[in-house]
Amino acid sequence: MQDAKNRKEAQRYAELVARLAPKSEMGQGMARAFLVGGLICVLGQMLTDFFSMRMRFGAQSAATATSICLIFLSALLTGLGLYDRIGKFAGAGSIVPITGFANSVVAPAMEFRREGLVMGVGAKMFSLAGPVLVYGIGSSIIVGLIAFALEVIG
Amino acid sequence: MIAMLWMYVKAFAVGGLICMIGEALLLKTQLTSARILVGYVTAGVILGALGLYKPLIDFAGAGATVPLTGFGYMLAHGAIEGLENEGLLGAFTGGVRAGAGGIAAAVFFGYLAALIFKPKMKG
Repeated sequence: MQDAKNRKEAQRYAELVARLAPKSEMGQGMARAFLVGGLICVLGQMLTDFFSMRMRFGAQSAATATSICLIFLSALLTGLGLYDRIGKFAGAGSIVPITGFANSVVAPAMEFRREGLVMGVGAKMFSLAGPVLVYGIGSSIIVGLIAFALEVIG
Repeated sequence: MIAMLWMYVKAFAVGGLICMIGEALLLKTQLTSARILVGYVTAGVILGALGLYKPLIDFAGAGATVPLTGFGYMLAHGAIEGLENEGLLGAFTGGVRAGAGGIAAAVFFGYLAALIFKPKMKG
């Protein structure tokens, strides 16, 4: 009798865990993404401040120089196998920043090195970044064309 | 000095928030990270074209330029700027020109990394 009651309790507890666990896991994942993504942006802000204040770059050049620095850093960390570890902790916090874009170029380039420098490194480095460039550049041209059409009409 | 620190707080909060939305999409929608990246860059282009992203950059600085939506904004802004300066030709070249630094850096450093580093075994 007591045994059956315990079993029922245990079952209820298991159900409770199952119901609550994914939610808290999601909360934890989002907190981690927020923390790491935010820190990468703070680093970006430091670089931007350096380029705009010390080097007297304009806003656009400072942003570009910041991107190049972050991409270099990401390539280095990816090469050392450290970016992967950050990614396991941070999830989208390491994917969404420009460093994640760089990682998506570097990681397949390294992985397919054994398939040669042309069809391995050269081709595979765009397996993830290619779609980003296709849709990014493609939609930017559409924007330019629409702006042109509006200019003609107006 | 305080203004600078406040800027870091804003960059952290906005950049973190943009990444957190990405994580929620990853966990809730089963979207692959490639689709998230494409979605973010395209969203940045559209928001940039509508003039909605620039205010976020003015507010949060690198918190808005470092996420991939900022790259999308840069592309759209470049296309519009190109159109203003060079007409239709600029609408074609402006986007890539504005994004050239990031694209070139990714290609160059990516290639170097592939030459220098050996991939870690996945286990």
